[in-house]
Amino acid sequence: MRPFDYQRAEGMDHAGRLVAAENAQPIAGGTNLLDLMKLQVETPQALVDINRVGHAEIEDTDDGGLWIGTLATNTATAAHPRVRADYPVLARAILAGATQQLRNRATTGGNLCQRTRCYYFTNIDQPCNKREPGSGCGAIDGIARLHAVLGTSDQCIATYPGDMAVALSALAATVHIATAEGGTRTVPVREFHRLPGDTPWKDNVLEPGELIMGVTVPPPGEGKQIYRKVRERSSYAFALCSIAVIVEMDGDMITRADLAFGGLAHKPWHNPEVGEVLVGQKPGAALFDKAADVLLRDARGYGENDFKIPLARRTLAAVLAEATGAEL
Amino acid sequence: MSSENTVSINGQSHALPDDPRVSLLDLLRHHLGLTGTKKGCDHGQCGACTVLVNGVRINSCLTLAVMHDGDEVTTIEGLGTAENPSPLQRAFVERDAYQCGYCTPGQICSATAMLDEIAAGWPSDASDTLDGPMEVSADEIRERMSGNICRCGAYANIVDAIRDVAAGEVA
Repeated sequence: MRPFDYQRAEGMDHAGRLVAAENAQPIAGGTNLLDLMKLQVETPQALVDINRVGHAEIEDTDDGGLWIGTLATNTATAAHPRVRADYPVLARAILAGATQQLRNRATTGGNLCQRTRCYYFTNIDQPCNKREPGSGCGAIDGIARLHAVLGTSDQCIATYPGDMAVALSALAATVHIATAEGGTRTVPVREFHRLPGDTPWKDNVLEPGELIMGVTVPPPGEGKQIYRKVRERSSYAFALCSIAVIVEMDGDMITRADLAFGGLAHKPWHNPEVGEVLVGQKPGAALFDKAADVLLRDARGYGENDFKIPLARRTLAAVLAEATGAEL
Repeated sequence: MSSENTVSINGQSHALPDDPRVSLLDLLRHHLGLTGTKKGCDHGQCGACTVLVNGVRINSCLTLAVMHDGDEVTTIEGLGTAENPSPLQRAFVERDAYQCGYCTPGQICSATAMLDEIAAGWPSDASDTLDGPMEVSADEIRERMSGNICRCGAYANIVDAIRDVAAGEVA
């Protein structure tokens, strides 16, 4: 690990000032950042410890939704009574990720900002446009089993690895950000993560000196919430494909369908057209296939990950059948 | 960093290191000679370094010692001794829940916290419902212990040892 200055922030404003310095990074749980620092993928000159700035709270909002502070641990969020009762898709997504030891340290803000597990990104001997702009992408024409099939670019085919953000995307949550100027701004979580394009080193829309303060989740609706994760082994593995769904029915008609997908793209994938295909229709295999057609219209495999395209289609059908009670 | 900062390890106060790069794991093993906690992968993948911080299990390899000012850390040495082992330490011996033993301190620290988590009603990915009560079934133990890898494959006996303690069969 390269040497760095350790600084402890005493409050959010103080943290913002410290993080605004060149090559400074905030550290909360640190489970991803320290791992990457050991690999010299991340080489910050200063680490700003934000563990004592507050914002670990999980509280009801005035409109009946929920505020989840940036320092709330993944464990605290998944075990929170309101998350379990009103946002089970969020609890299930968090519990499907990592291990208990890691969830005990991982935080809301850090989890949103975790970096890809692309093998080329985490190996400094390999080319990677995300880590070393202009060095090329080893995964294209390389080992690409974990990699994206939607929204890729000729610069990068990495996936966003998390589960929590996939559920937050289906729930249409909002990220609250403290700006470098001392103000605040909000970004829908669906727009927080970016596609790689020509700037794959930018994972999300945070600007230098900005810090996540927390996330708000809108009031829960009725309906069924499911998180389905397909992975190489039954625990402690990243998603090959995951789907967060919230489906409401009126009789035998689908009246709401909010879906987000993990393991397929550089961000939690949300295409509103997928839900639009479903709403107002009676559930069934043909309809689910139509939704998959829309989801995968522009999908592209890179050899090793070609299987993800039929896998996403089948996983979507399975999760929609479970959510609606339809037979396949 | 000021050297006034301290961390409590098994009830004893220790100064935090001057070099912020020192992980909690390296503080325990290299600076304090508490070699019960093991370094396996050093990347949070194997669980050999699991310790309890303020009663919560974490990977000590993925946290900086300087971040633990004022915290209370419990390692395998703090759970029991050869003369006076904890129920889980006794159960691992009785069930032969290891072969080489390298992962065992992490397994036992992890299981110690896990039984508390189940008692507190925390759900897991293996739980049928999110609102409990949570069972100490073999499926639950396997899922909740998935952050602790045993290269010798002593899993069957590890699960049995933990179930013995949960059932109150080991005091």
